Amino acid sequence: MTTLGLAVTFENATVSFGDVTALDNISLEPKPGATTAIIGPSGCGKSTLLRLVIGLLTPTSGRVLIDGKDLASTDLTELRRRTGFVLQDGGLFPHLTAASNATLLPRRLGWPIERLKARLDELAELTRLPADALARYPAELSGGQRQRVAVIRALFLDPPLLLLDEPLGALDPLVRHGMQADLRSIFAELNKTVLLVTHDLAEAAYLAEDVVLMKDGDVVQHAPPSELVRKPANDFVRDFVTAQRSHMEAIT
Amino acid sequence: MTRLVAIFLCALAATVAPGQTEVTVGSKTFTESIVLGEVLAAVAENDTDANVSRKLNLGGTQLVYKALVAGEIDAYVEYTGTLLLDTFASDNLANETQLTERLSQDGLVMLAPLGFANNYGLAVRRNTANALSLRTIDDLRSHPDLVFSMNSEFLERGDGWLALREAYQLPPFDVLDATHEIAYRALAGGESDVMVVYTTDAKIGELDLVVLDDNRSHFPRYDAVIVHQQDLNQSAPGVVAAWQSLAGSIDEATMIELNRRVDGDGRDPGEVAAAFTSNLLGTDIIFVSESTAARVLRYTLEHLLLVVVPTAAALLIAIPVGVLAARRPSFAQPVLGFVGIVQTVPSLALLVLLVPILAWAKPVLALDAIGPAPAIITLTLYSLLPIVRNTHAGLSNIAPSTRESAEALGLSTRTRLTRIDLPLALPTIFAGIKTAAVINVGYATLGAFVGAGGYGTPILTWTRTDDPRLLLEGALPAMVMALCVQGLFEFVERAVTPRGLRAK
Repeated sequence: MTTLGLAVTFENATVSFGDVTALDNISLEPKPGATTAIIGPSGCGKSTLLRLVIGLLTPTSGRVLIDGKDLASTDLTELRRRTGFVLQDGGLFPHLTAASNATLLPRRLGWPIERLKARLDELAELTRLPADALARYPAELSGGQRQRVAVIRALFLDPPLLLLDEPLGALDPLVRHGMQADLRSIFAELNKTVLLVTHDLAEAAYLAEDVVLMKDGDVVQHAPPSELVRKPANDFVRDFVTAQRSHMEAIT
Repeated sequence: MTRLVAIFLCALAATVAPGQTEVTVGSKTFTESIVLGEVLAAVAENDTDANVSRKLNLGGTQLVYKALVAGEIDAYVEYTGTLLLDTFASDNLANETQLTERLSQDGLVMLAPLGFANNYGLAVRRNTANALSLRTIDDLRSHPDLVFSMNSEFLERGDGWLALREAYQLPPFDVLDATHEIAYRALAGGESDVMVVYTTDAKIGELDLVVLDDNRSHFPRYDAVIVHQQDLNQSAPGVVAAWQSLAGSIDEATMIELNRRVDGDGRDPGEVAAAFTSNLLGTDIIFVSESTAARVLRYTLEHLLLVVVPTAAALLIAIPVGVLAARRPSFAQPVLGFVGIVQTVPSLALLVLLVPILAWAKPVLALDAIGPAPAIITLTLYSLLPIVRNTHAGLSNIAPSTRESAEALGLSTRTRLTRIDLPLALPTIFAGIKTAAVINVGYATLGAFVGAGGYGTPILTWTRTDDPRLLLEGALPAMVMALCVQGLFEFVERAVTPRGLRAK
């Protein structure tokens, strides 16, 4: 199961909430089939950017294109089914078991039981989720297990696009470390277009080919992580990198 | 009211199949009115082949008169004084000729008086009358220390206490404001000396009271008359003829005795009326009384109808409305405001208001204006608020991340509603339905005011007769039903709450 990653293009995208401009005239083209980390301080607009991709938010002006097609004329339900989406707290449905959470959409699409089971087993192995966790409800799972279930749910239909909004943000460092390694191998294996929102430069550098550093609704620099360190676009980038330096050293 | 299943063995009547003409008899909520309603019904059943139904114990003058005009009932017994001074007070009618004219404007006919008047009167204990030589109301003037008791209606009516004092130049007596039943107890117990009575009250004889002569003819006459729909002259001339023959056949002593058998002996009004009618017509009407168990079972079924149907109807309306309100905040405010306002309308007012409305809308809705329909509509409206509000709250309180991930997952709008939103909101929605159902058990007792039956019927009778057994037939089972409904809902609630939501 390999699918080419979708091409996402932001064209002069601006998002305002009343007087507040969350995104200011962003033009950006993350590499299809690669992982791009979107990073920046709280409130810089990185989560807003992610939500534009599948129409959870609509740009006030400008456009978002998916494989060259304007989102405004795209069937959003169809697009969302070709997109995996993982939230910081997992966004699991509390009234459904882990297995039901993961299989809700494919069941609605009429997948036969055997196919559901096979895919579930495959993904549980890929995400290293203990088998007995599938029968449990979200409230009965650990934070790390919840995120693994969310990843299984996101990957179930083998979508060409994966959006992750601080997927590891709520985990304790040890679990987080393990999950980072798992995500890295998953991304490497699947060749999807991945947009990963994080506020941790080390995580970005570890998981992504490219980093988009944002500040106050603007893209400050879009480059591979090493370039961010060696050739910061301005003082803000330098300061941001310096502040997170100690984390960087752990992996470079 | 106990429905009389009166069948008569008059050989003639027994051979005639019922069902050709439909005649409905009504009554107000006090003993005398109910007994007379039963007499009207029994006479019609005995003398004609009409199919007679009883909608007795309906409500006050206003409601019963409206029901008659609307055609919900065909006849009931009213008092001339009430029509002149209450129903048509603003018309300032001078005499009974004008009253007859006024009634015909409403499509009604008044028959000749039944033979007794139920007037206002002032009564004293016999020993008081003897000791103070009281015979007329005039005699009271020289005893300014006497304590009076009367109900608040008489105290406040323009033609009540003020007019009486003026007519007889009475001194400012001490007055106890008490209900009719309590005024009798006060008089018997010596806490008051004079009370305002209705002259056919059975208590007058029971307590051996003396009714003082209204020597200045101050009180108007409240002659009991049958008022019926004009149409009946064509549709059921036999029934009208039979009722006409009742003119002058019930004198005051007879009426007092009939009231006494019900209020004093605790007998069924239907049974008392059957005995009276048998005697009057020289036939033998057998009264088949309902056993207490059968009666309570009937109340229970009637009451359940008033709980289940409105709760179910409200559910069908309120859940979609609540869903819509949760989806569109602009819609939520007016909708929640509206159902909130509905809740503030006094339930009794709404019930009684619905009677003429339903009567007017009958050609379209085909609902009986008297009976379960107005009660079911009222209770449905009252049930809307808790269900709409809880549906709205349950859906609005779903975590934003849960809602966002359902949307991002690419589930259809419908699937999101049925698989995610509603199941998550279910415990809250269910609590709303439970509230509505439990409240309905209590509110449904008001159904008795519009002839809907249920546990309210014995409660309403109890307020008049003070017979504690009636509380066991009405109030107690209503409480038990409310507890059962509560318990049932809590059981189902636990069963339908997903384990994932309980685990928290």
